Amino acid sequence: MTDATLQAGPRAPAKVETPFQRFRAEFFESRIAATAFVVIVIIVLLAVLAPWITPQNPYDLAQVDVLDGRLPPGSEAFAGYTMWLGSDGAGRDLYSAILYGLRISISVGLASGVIALFIGMTVGLIAAYAGGRTEAIIMRVVDLQLSFPASLVALMLVAALGKGVDKIILALVVAQWAYYARTVRATALVERGKEYVEAAQCLGLSRIRVVFRHILPNCLAPLIVVGTVQTAHAVSLEATLSFLGVGLPQTEPSLGVLIANGFEYMLSGRYWISVFPGIALLVTVASINLVGDQLRDVLNPRLKK
Amino acid sequence: MSVFVIRRLMQAFFVVFLMSVIVFFGVNIVGDPVYMLVSPDADQADIEAAIRRLGLDRPIWEQYLLFLKGAAQGNLGDSFIFGEPALKLILHHMPATLELAFSALFLAIAIGIPLGLFSGLYPDNPVSKGIMAGSILGFSLPTFWVGLMLILLFAVELGWLPSTGRGDTATIFGIETSLATWDGLKHIFLPALNLALLKISLAIRLTRAGVREAMGQDYVKYARAKGVSTRRIIFVHVMKNIMIPVVTVMGLEFGSLIGFSVVTETIFAWPGMGKLLIDAILQLDRPVVVAYLMIMVLFFVVINLIVDILYSILDPRVRLQDQGA
Amino acid sequence: MRKLTAAAAVTVSAMALFTGAALAEKLTIGLASEPTSMDPHFHNLGPNNAMSVHLFDRLIAQDEKQRLSPGLAVSWKPIDDLTWEFKLREGVKFHDGSEFNADDVICTMERAPDVPNSPSGYGTYLKGKTFKKIDDYTVHAITEAPYPLMANDISTIPVISDSAGCGAATEDFNAGTAAVGTGPFKFSNYKPGESITLVRNDDYWGDAPAWSEVEFRPIKSGPSRVAALLAGDVDMIAGVPTTDIETLKGKDNIQLSQGVSNRVIYLHRDQFRENSPFVKGNDGADIKNPLMDQRVRLAISKAISRDAIVDRVMEGVALPAGQLLPEGFFGVSDKLKPLDYDPEGAKALLAEAGYGDGFQLTIHGPNDRYINDAKIAEAIGQMLTRVGIKTAVETMPRSVYFGRASRGSPDGLPEFSFILVGWGAGSGEASSPLKSLIHTYDKDKGFGSSNRGRHSNAEIDAKIEEALRTVDDEKRQDLLATATEMAIEDVAIIPTHFQVNTWAAKKGLKYIPRTDEYTLAMGVVKE
Repeated sequence: MTDATLQAGPRAPAKVETPFQRFRAEFFESRIAATAFVVIVIIVLLAVLAPWITPQNPYDLAQVDVLDGRLPPGSEAFAGYTMWLGSDGAGRDLYSAILYGLRISISVGLASGVIALFIGMTVGLIAAYAGGRTEAIIMRVVDLQLSFPASLVALMLVAALGKGVDKIILALVVAQWAYYARTVRATALVERGKEYVEAAQCLGLSRIRVVFRHILPNCLAPLIVVGTVQTAHAVSLEATLSFLGVGLPQTEPSLGVLIANGFEYMLSGRYWISVFPGIALLVTVASINLVGDQLRDVLNPRLKK
Repeated sequence: MSVFVIRRLMQAFFVVFLMSVIVFFGVNIVGDPVYMLVSPDADQADIEAAIRRLGLDRPIWEQYLLFLKGAAQGNLGDSFIFGEPALKLILHHMPATLELAFSALFLAIAIGIPLGLFSGLYPDNPVSKGIMAGSILGFSLPTFWVGLMLILLFAVELGWLPSTGRGDTATIFGIETSLATWDGLKHIFLPALNLALLKISLAIRLTRAGVREAMGQDYVKYARAKGVSTRRIIFVHVMKNIMIPVVTVMGLEFGSLIGFSVVTETIFAWPGMGKLLIDAILQLDRPVVVAYLMIMVLFFVVINLIVDILYSILDPRVRLQDQGA
Repeated sequence: MRKLTAAAAVTVSAMALFTGAALAEKLTIGLASEPTSMDPHFHNLGPNNAMSVHLFDRLIAQDEKQRLSPGLAVSWKPIDDLTWEFKLREGVKFHDGSEFNADDVICTMERAPDVPNSPSGYGTYLKGKTFKKIDDYTVHAITEAPYPLMANDISTIPVISDSAGCGAATEDFNAGTAAVGTGPFKFSNYKPGESITLVRNDDYWGDAPAWSEVEFRPIKSGPSRVAALLAGDVDMIAGVPTTDIETLKGKDNIQLSQGVSNRVIYLHRDQFRENSPFVKGNDGADIKNPLMDQRVRLAISKAISRDAIVDRVMEGVALPAGQLLPEGFFGVSDKLKPLDYDPEGAKALLAEAGYGDGFQLTIHGPNDRYINDAKIAEAIGQMLTRVGIKTAVETMPRSVYFGRASRGSPDGLPEFSFILVGWGAGSGEASSPLKSLIHTYDKDKGFGSSNRGRHSNAEIDAKIEEALRTVDDEKRQDLLATATEMAIEDVAIIPTHFQVNTWAAKKGLKYIPRTDEYTLAMGVVKE
């Protein structure tokens, strides 16, 4: 792609790279993707460490004071610390609230992603390996599910289930599992026809072993790509549902709820209540998308020169 | 052939039935619509009368059977809030949503494909990088936030376009549409753009990927070698090959446009069925929610069915495979 | 359509020039909530009632402070214990030119409680009343027991036309054919979700409105509504979000109108269960319900800084409340003032009641019903936590909330222990909240229907019931005030604040604020 590839190419055999090293080298070729990856690592660290690096626990009402409400960035809170990003309408320090919100948004995105991936993967593998009637039925269900817009499926579910973290995760899983199932099945079908699978079967290895030890690892690349895109999608879908008033509860706000709450202050000049969580969401989703892009480029052989 | 069609029809029928169970029971277990409807002045006897009038005193399976009975006669129930047939309400609001979704689709294709083409042809050009960065933004920014920003900029600050509402409509070919009047066009531009944003990004990325892939393929190399002009290669050969998949995918995204119109319609006070749905959800107007979701189920199932049947006509293998299964 | 109305407007203005009356001018209003129908008897709901005031007069009108004044009836009085006499206005014409008389009143009172598919009708106000035509301009209302609130009840019923409206269905009203009243405006166009257009009734019996045409546009999203005003797409908006008031005040081209409403925001506490489901000891174990103790209730009331709620949460747009209705309403007590914020006193009271270490409590509230409701619940949670009652806050959409708060427990009783609610006195006097919120829950008599804490005090009940039998205004006023004082003394209810509503209009227009929260084109005046 760039000069770096050309140089890296010939050098490669000399150093005897493992596939992972090669993948890593190709991935970090793009400075943007590398930056995005670093940003994601930082964001996840911030989210994980939130309780230790924030001045306030925004979910503990004993620490939140309504008298601190709507203070501009840099103001001093009643408790004495400085609110570098200002505070929201309930008196939550925005810096603390954003980090805690990131925790929720990322957990929701990841949890729904992992569960959907697991379900989709299992279903897809079963379809690809069982073939025949089972495959036909499974793929009918997948097709049908995919023909519904994910946003509508999620909206429908939270309308029926009500608010709550568990409910929104469930809604996102239902809205997304089919994407993974389709991807896995498509790749698995290709892999099933390859020689190494035939060889494994000739050796008398069990079906399950062939599927999980041999076919699955080869499906991982496209799954990772779909996974990143879907995780980004899940995070912003959660924000949208919360904006519509059917997502997460107000008192333990995710990024989406913070933005939605700040939305009503947009015309009042108190930009920070909505803009800072908005930037946090934007940076998170954009970084995941950028990494996903680069993964696709690296893992897609047709784009290689 | 007819066996195939009958089999598919039965499948579709089964799916619709199954969805009606899920949707009906799902929507009917949440909340209590009575307290959304009665006046606070109502006393206990009034409240009980309202419960009876709405049929909420019956067990849920009985309510479901009544719903099925009505549905078989084309009646999906009366709205709790408007007292009118839910189906009629939805059909009344449907044209506004469809025209919004079509306009957004048009914008996505008209803006996305040229930009994607450019950035695919000149991937290292700074403008292309800008376009790609923009498309990442388009993917990552929350739709509702962008919507208000558009209103702030174009309606409040610049005063070029109206902020909300649908504007004047006129009737062409028997359809009432705001695309037929200047005032209507001015009103639809911002919401359509807001709704199109995600899809513009999608079109850019699809086109770019398609162009980059196509440019490396043999037929392009061959055309180059033959001395065909670059312009001709791009606009005749490459475009022909990438337009079909891009437009197909965009067409498939139409459903998602209708789904997302809920957000756009809320912000721009667009009188479409998305806004009807979200209002119905928030006010617990169960018959409208159920009817909306059933119409959507029916809509997508029918599309699926048509696509399947068309495929089976075009590609007999599909039919054979299905029979084997 | 638009061209047609424009043409009509031109003719009207031409006529106006000749007669020297008001000019042809169009007014566009952005509404926060949309009427669900043009049928005035279909849904007893604020936005519907506000819309129907334009088209349909009542026998008795409510002014902007909900005081009663003659409408289609010129006078009303009790002629014996069980009979009220209404003298009707003569010479009033419906929009279709037909004459108004007693037949219209009789058929209105028959139709209003009984509209098919109506989610919530007007039967509440007409229960136990029979109407009799005496002559063309005299009607008698007969009750089974002495009933002082006759005039208040009658002021809620829009009068429709015998010939055009009484036999019509809701759809006919929505289509406009039946929407024929005597009001200051005539029906022009109704597009649900989009707009409602009315034109001036030039033959109106009262003061002719200043606007030849009015268009109402529902814009539900607060920021979008403000943006529409700033962009000049609408001339006035209702329901200005508290967050935007400060900004709008700073704009030269915008004029704000504010007025206190009849809506009190209050807290109700579980008063009937020994073990309340959302009250726990500090270790999470079940404890005897401390809310039964008057001292604990008083401590909670003292722990709440009403000023902080008004200043910080409501951005100054509310009044601290010490009773059920703001000053100036019929039946309020002039002795009751909002309780002072006194966290130390609260702690002392808790200690005295044996809860010096506090306990655990969950406050439940809606998040889409009242102005800033979720934020208020959160603020109250913070304040109670400060005095040692470790309070969790749970807010939910009203579609879920009110059902659970009213009958959500397994045995059909109120589910929560401590709730935030609001009450708007539709009748504009104190018997409305006393009857529904304070009186013992009594299904047979229809009392205490919204008494979700099930507070019960026989002495207060007796006072309320006596008031509801007393036709003499002065005596009733005293009884209502006393009942309110007793309820506050007992901490049957903890009022926090009265909502203040805000309208914003472009420069040169002013809205006369109404306590009933209605947005009326008649109230928009030029300055």
